[in-house]
This record gives sequence, structure tokens and C-alpha cells, in this order.
Amino acid sequence: MSFLVVDSLTMTYGPLRALNDVSLTVKEGEFISLLGPSGSGKTTLLMSLAGFNKPTSGRILLDGQDIIAREPEDRDFGFVFQGYALFPHLSVSGNIAFPLKVRKWDAVRIRARVEEMLALVGLKSLADRKPRQLSGGQQQRVALARALSFGPRVLLLDEPLSALDRMLREQMQTELRRLHRETGVTFLYVTHDQQEALTMSDRIAVFEKGKIVEEGSPTRLFKSPTTRFVAEFLGENNFVKGSRANGVWQGFGTSFSLPEQRDSGEDAGSATLWLRPGDIGFGTGRDGDISFTAKVEDFVFGGTHNRLALRLRSGETFVASISADLVAEDALGKDLTFHARPEAVGVLR
Amino acid sequence: MSSRFERFALYLTVPAGLLVILLYALPILQVLGLSLTEGQGAIANYERLFTSRAVAGVVQTTLAVSISTTVITMVIAYVIAFGMIHMSDRQRKVALLMVSIPFWVSVLVRAFAWITILRSQGVLNSGLMSIGAITEPIQLVYNRVGVTIGMVHYMVPFAVLLLYANLTDIDRRVVQAARSLGARPVSVFLRVWLPMSLPGIAVASLFILVFSLGFLITPALLGGGRTLMIAEYISVQISNTGRWDLATSLSAALLIVVGLLLALALRSPAMRAAFGGSSK
Ligand SMILES: Nc1ncnc2c1ncn2[C@@H]1O[C@H](COP(=O)(O)OP(=O)(O)OP(=O)(O)O)[C@@H](O)[C@H]1O
Ligand SMILES: [Mg+2]
Repeated sequence: MSFLVVDSLTMTYGPLRALNDVSLTVKEGEFISLLGPSGSGKTTLLMSLAGFNKPTSGRILLDGQDIIAREPEDRDFGFVFQGYALFPHLSVSGNIAFPLKVRKWDAVRIRARVEEMLALVGLKSLADRKPRQLSGGQQQRVALARALSFGPRVLLLDEPLSALDRMLREQMQTELRRLHRETGVTFLYVTHDQQEALTMSDRIAVFEKGKIVEEGSPTRLFKSPTTRFVAEFLGENNFVKGSRANGVWQGFGTSFSLPEQRDSGEDAGSATLWLRPGDIGFGTGRDGDISFTAKVEDFVFGGTHNRLALRLRSGETFVASISADLVAEDALGKDLTFHARPEAVGVLR
Repeated sequence: MSSRFERFALYLTVPAGLLVILLYALPILQVLGLSLTEGQGAIANYERLFTSRAVAGVVQTTLAVSISTTVITMVIAYVIAFGMIHMSDRQRKVALLMVSIPFWVSVLVRAFAWITILRSQGVLNSGLMSIGAITEPIQLVYNRVGVTIGMVHYMVPFAVLLLYANLTDIDRRVVQAARSLGARPVSVFLRVWLPMSLPGIAVASLFILVFSLGFLITPALLGGGRTLMIAEYISVQISNTGRWDLATSLSAALLIVVGLLLALALRSPAMRAAFGGSSK
């Protein structure tokens, strides 16, 4: 039996479908990211899971039981809010002990668990501080410790890192991975940062306009997206027109064939080909590579890799990220040859 | 920082400032001055406040009525304000209107209205007698009960508005967090709402208490001369017996007590936050 199942959940606000027939199956202990642009319904799904809003239709099954009618306090789901929502009048220990006190644990057990949680998030020395005396990263840790202390079935996190600066964010990402590993709790992690989703999750569900457009492992979604939205949203990407006749593809102003796993095996009058900026190389490349000529229209210095804006003869434009040793500013305005491995080219129809 | 507009805005406050000084600060200083010079002089005037049996009685009544008014008002107002933050926008508008209606009715009218309701042959007593709940009318007016009822009625709208402002400032996500952590409604109230609204409760209580200590019209009418509070006592000293020495020294003492109360309250960080607004 599946651990947690979201079954065609729909939630409307007046005419707006914040969730439109969303289904998702979660295995116990998974780290799933809900990724999508602003307003795509990620928070709405999380709130429905936590019980704070009542979906218009659909079911949420935990261990096979429908929990839609259960109040938030009866669900045993931990929730980490954007902005943390700590109790300002309670100390760090008091915050972490809160779920244990309302569950009427005895004092000895509470003290032991609070100690354990403080150690887990590395806040032992700050146990008696009030939340307003903590930095953003420290508050974040308190929020995590509080939501994990009572042993939740699932931990729901709504963009917990969005308020932190980049350095701290990366540090907390590692920290979250570690907490996930050490506690074994199922994490449902909302973010609109694709990099975060790619590096942290076992699985990503990509949201668009209240629907899950695609879900899968980070590698699968990144390497072989089946929708234009995902191909565009996850990582940088370029799109050009292409077509296939008699097994041979036309595109990038040249013709080539694609390896079997990339090719659908059917001819197509018009399709969309994608190629990531980082997969484009300078020069003609090796045998079997697709090579094509393009004009360098813009040059942006980027440290180890420079970014070139290229225009094909067909007029289509795209971006290439080329090692800084190979091209310099003087490439600007020239017609140069570039290449890509056929496996790096994807097809959407 | 001081742009031309800001300076202009500052000048606009000058007339109001002058008025306050002229009509408020100066008379108060004069009262203070009189309390030092009238009668047998400063020491005698202030000494009498501590030795006079009449003054002791009045102070005791004032404290008792003010404290019970504050407590009762706060309980009623908290219930209303707490209800209001859980209403839909429409309901809340209606509720706010109901809360503010008393502001438009003169204190005098309200006091007389209470008398007609509470007196022995009043609406309440005759109602209760006609349904047989009581045989003798209950004494509800011209005593502390009556004064307290009238004062609570006057104070509740103020307290509701103060508490409502404080309660709406509480981050609702913190309440949601409590629920997600397993707290049931009673726990949520006792462990989250109540402690987080303590600053608001403190501010509103202080306001009501200070306001009550100097209340005049309602106690005068509903007390019927039998429940004498400080303000009425002072007014009687001035207009009936011409005792300026007693009146001014008692006024000065009241002013000092209220001032001390406020100063003491502002020492607590919660209160300072409530008044100063800063430091979250
Ligand atoms: N209480 C509400 N009343 C009306 N509409 C709402 C309400 N809550 C959310 N919505 C709408 O539902 C849609 C989805 O909102 P949601 O908060 O789930 O988006 P999100 O994916 O979390 O976005 P973000 O990344 O900006 O947090 C939005 O169009 C939003 O305007
Ligand atoms: Mg959101």
C-alpha cells in the first residue's frame, strides 16, 4: 500500500482553479520537491496536505485512509512555514517542546527529546534564547527542530530557504539533506528555485497553473523532459525548430541523426529541438558530432565560461556557454563553427 | 531628513501645540501651584490626604470600582475582539459598527438610560418581578454595582478597539503552526493567543484603569451621591464647599499616581514595544 497518495485534488477560489486535478504518490522516506513558478499552486497543495484548506474535491490517503476530514492538529504532519512562524514568547527549547507538551509527554521525556533535537540542529548553546535574538538561519533550524521533534509522519516545507542569502542557503540545503537522511522522515519541499530542487530531491513534481505537468527524478527531468515547460523551467535551455524525414533530422542549419534513445523513430514535419547552453562546444568537434555555423551577436564574460548569444542562418537565436580559454571578446560579430553531441539534443513534439 | 515638506508639516502642528499648552499644561501647573499655596500651605494640604477619613473612603471606593471595572471590561472586550478577528469581512464591519455606536451617544444620555433600566421600578426589575424571578426589586443603581455597570459600558468599546488592533497584529501563521504541531483549540488559545496578546491586554487594562480613576459623570449619576469617587469628590469640594486646598492637592495626587502608573508600565519591555511600536 502506498504511503501517501494525493488523488485528483481540486481546489477552487471562485473561478480560479488553484489546484486542478492534482495526483501524486509519495513513498515513505522520500524527499520530494514541488517546483513551479509563483502562483502555480504549490502552497495550496501543501496547505491541503496540512489540513489548513479544504479542497473542493479529491482525496488524500495516508496509509490508505482518507484524511481529508481530519483537522490539522490530528494529522501529525510537521510544517515549516515561510518566515518560520516561531512562537515569539517561547525560548528555543520552549518552541521545540511545544508539540511534546500539547501531546502531554512527561517532563523527563520532553527534556531528553529537546536535548536530542537541539543537538541534531546544532543549537545547544542557544537553547534559552528567544526567537527575536536569533539569526535567520538559526530561526530556520528551530523551526525544523520544532516540526521534527514529535516524529511527524511527513514534513511539509514551504520555501523555507527563500529568505536566506545565497551562502546560508547552500549551507542549509546540505543541512536539510542531512536531516532528511538522519531522521528518515518523508519531506515534501516546496520551492520555486529549480537548482534547489535538482540538487536536493529524490523526485521533483513540476507545477504549472495548478497542475503537475511532469514528475520524475531530477536526472530524468533534466535529461529527458517530455514537456516544453519542464525543458525550459529546469536549467537553461535553447529551442530551435527541426524536422525529420527518412530518419534524418534537419535543424541548426544542418542535417544529422539522433541516437535511438533520443529519436522517436518516426518522421515529423515539424518538431522542437532543444540543446542546453552548456552542451555546446566550440569548433567542429569529433566525428559524429553535430556541427553548425552561427554568428556571435553578443558576448558576456562569465569567469570560467563565457556566454555567447548566437544567431543561426535561419534567424533563430540561442545561447552557448563556452569555456573561456576557447573564445574571447574578439569573436563578436564573427561567423564561427560550434558543435554538440547528438545525445545532448532533445526532441519535443 | 528634514525636507521642506516635513518642516512645513511640523509647522502645522504648532497651533495645536500652543492650544495644548494654553488650555492643558498651564491650568495643570496652576492646580499644582494652588495645591501648594491654598489653605494652610503645601505640607498641611498633602498631609490631610493621608489623615482624612473622608479621603480614605473615597480613595478606597475609587480603587475598588476602577479595578473591578477594568477586570470586567477586559473580559468582555477580549471576548468581543477575539470574536471579531475570526469573523468574515462583512460580519466584522457590522461588529465594528455596533462597537462604535456608543461613541456617538453622550455619556449623560447613557447614564440616564442605565438609570431607567436599573432602578427599582426600572425595566429590568419590573421585568424580573413580572416573570416571578424575584419578589423584591434588586438594588442595581445608586451603589457600586450601578456605577460599575455604567463604567464598564463606557469602557468596553475602547478596550475592544485596543485589543482588536493588537490581536490583528498577531501572525496567523504562528497560530497555524501551533495547530500543525498538534495543539487543539483550548491549547491554541492558552498557549498562543493569550500569551501573544499579553502586551495588548496590558495596554488596554492600563488605559481603562487610568481612565476609570478620574471618571466623573457616570459615577456621579449612577452613584447617586452614595458611591463617591475621587473626581466627583474633587468637584464637590470646589463647587459646593469651596475647599480649593483639598481639591487641588487631591487632583495633584491623582495626577502623580497616574503618572507613576504609566512610568512603571513603560519599564516593561512588552509595554514599551506596544507604545513604541519597534522591536519585534
Ligand atoms: N486564499 C486565497 N483566496 C483566493 N485565491 C488564492 C488564495 N490562496 C491562493 N490563491 C490563488 O491560488 C493560486 C495558487 O496560489 P499558491 O499560493 O498555491 O501559489 P504558489 O505556487 O505557492 O506560489 P508562490 O511561489 O508565489 O508561493 C494563486 O493564483 C493565488 O492567487
Ligand atoms: Mg507559495
